[in-house]
Amino acid sequence: MATRAMWKAVLRVGGLNVPVKLYAAIEDRSVHFRLLHKTDHAPVKQGLVNPVTDQVVEYSAARRAWASPEGDLVILKDEELAETEPQASRDIEVVQFLPPQAIDHRWYLRPYYLGPDQGGTADYFALAGALAKSGREGLAHWVMRKKAYVGALRLHAGYPMLIALHNAEDVVSIEDLEAPAGPALDRKELGMAQQLMSMLADDFEPAAYHDEYRERVEQLIATKRSGGKVRTLRPAKPKASEDLTRALQASIKERKHA
Amino acid sequence: MPESKHKKRDVQRPRSFWSGTIAFGLVSIPVSLYIASRSGGISLRMVDRDGTPLRRRYFCSKDAGPLEADDIVRGYEVEKDQFVIVKDEELEALAPEKSREIDLKRFVPLDQIDPIWFERGYFLAPDKGAMKAYRLLANTMEQKHRAGIATFVMRDKEYLVAIIGQQGLLRAETLRFHDELRTPDDIGLPTPDKVDAARIKAMQKEIRALSSDDLDPELLSDAHRHQLRELIDRKLAEGTDVVEAPEAAEEEEPESAEVVDLMAILKQSLGKSDGSPAKRGKDSALDDLSKTELYERARELDIPGRSKLSREQLIEAIRAKS
Repeated sequence: MATRAMWKAVLRVGGLNVPVKLYAAIEDRSVHFRLLHKTDHAPVKQGLVNPVTDQVVEYSAARRAWASPEGDLVILKDEELAETEPQASRDIEVVQFLPPQAIDHRWYLRPYYLGPDQGGTADYFALAGALAKSGREGLAHWVMRKKAYVGALRLHAGYPMLIALHNAEDVVSIEDLEAPAGPALDRKELGMAQQLMSMLADDFEPAAYHDEYRERVEQLIATKRSGGKVRTLRPAKPKASEDLTRALQASIKERKHA
Repeated sequence: MPESKHKKRDVQRPRSFWSGTIAFGLVSIPVSLYIASRSGGISLRMVDRDGTPLRRRYFCSKDAGPLEADDIVRGYEVEKDQFVIVKDEELEALAPEKSREIDLKRFVPLDQIDPIWFERGYFLAPDKGAMKAYRLLANTMEQKHRAGIATFVMRDKEYLVAIIGQQGLLRAETLRFHDELRTPDDIGLPTPDKVDAARIKAMQKEIRALSSDDLDPELLSDAHRHQLRELIDRKLAEGTDVVEAPEAAEEEEPESAEVVDLMAILKQSLGKSDGSPAKRGKDSALDDLSKTELYERARELDIPGRSKLSREQLIEAIRAKS
């Protein structure tokens, strides 16, 4: 079953325009619950309350404010906020093409497939071909549903994909953190850790992993629906290994006999 | 430092997203996961017309009465308006081991993991007594260029996770499950027929013209955020629509403070030998605090004129007082 496009746009690469459609690449498969009132099982709704008067305030009557560290509140009017909103546009503007490592993978937020829109199929596949040949990733800007995005343009399985990026300032960089200090690690323990890791070495196969928890949630719901019994047990959290050498030795021995 | 001070500090720590154990063979490493990113934007709060900060509260959709946390249950809608109620304990009991443990059964080459699978980044901080094993694992993975792979359950959802050793630290990337990423076939994208070589050439030419070896950081900046920031600064400077927040308003800290706090925590728990508060120098720790945190401390110590002080002045004033 084909997926419905979520947005139509024109991808601009220098002087060339490629009409495209945007598709969500991620499918939400988690089980969603609703919050209900315990006694009558009616769904709950959220509201705003003035804690001083205990009065309910309608969303339309509420304002937004920014709280300063000094304890001041700056009230922002709706029309002032509207002025800071990005201008609506159908353009996805590619502003730079970079070597594949230049756009940090830790900024990746959410991928979207690009598909050809009417009359753009030839240019669309020319883009895919040119991206493959260049080996570069594009950096693109676009405004979708009143929100400005920065994204990476790259190929996935041979098709152009846009990956929305985190704002760089929202990601804590590992370079800003101090490496843990301490006495030099025991060489014997390091050797054993390497040996154990080699014993557990494998290739990465994404298809080898399944969301078993989701299946169990679905089972739980089915069991409860038919009036079946469910058990609730919680084990304790294990403590840190005190003797590293012994734990490593035992692990290696266990693997050898496995 | 008196004991009560430590407790206060601990309250200010951002909550870890998950706390449990990493299993490397039979080696157990208790850790806490901290999120490495935030949703972004400048966080605004809802206020009444006069500036009174409003609270979000739940109401029953039927009788419109206000609800406390104890009045609320979770239900799964099996048919319209028909729910199966599911208790927290029942969900927790579904995968008790996986809720507590990240069992690294496989170590895969780091470069085999396509970043398209990355869902969200976290940092791992060692819990009490785990520092040596933490360093050993981080070090070994870094040397071997391998990441540990496991599945585990966090906040009622199972995740595939890659644990990565980098710069002596452990970080985690949750990965999407195979069936969560659609294929071009699922979308219904057309298969390419003969591609026009001249069109490819023309596109390559445009790509070359826009090529650069270095990322221009300016291109990553969020114009909307800057404009909002400017609007706020302008109104602050003019004093228009600025009101003093009641004391209660400081309960919820703006999200931006959280990231800074996280860095302070990691620096504190990783930088010192075992992260135990007793070994922490009380003075140097101040430098790691965000201005919001410093202001909080100044408020506790009742330092006069604290709202007018700069970050450095706050540190000095706190040092002088404690």
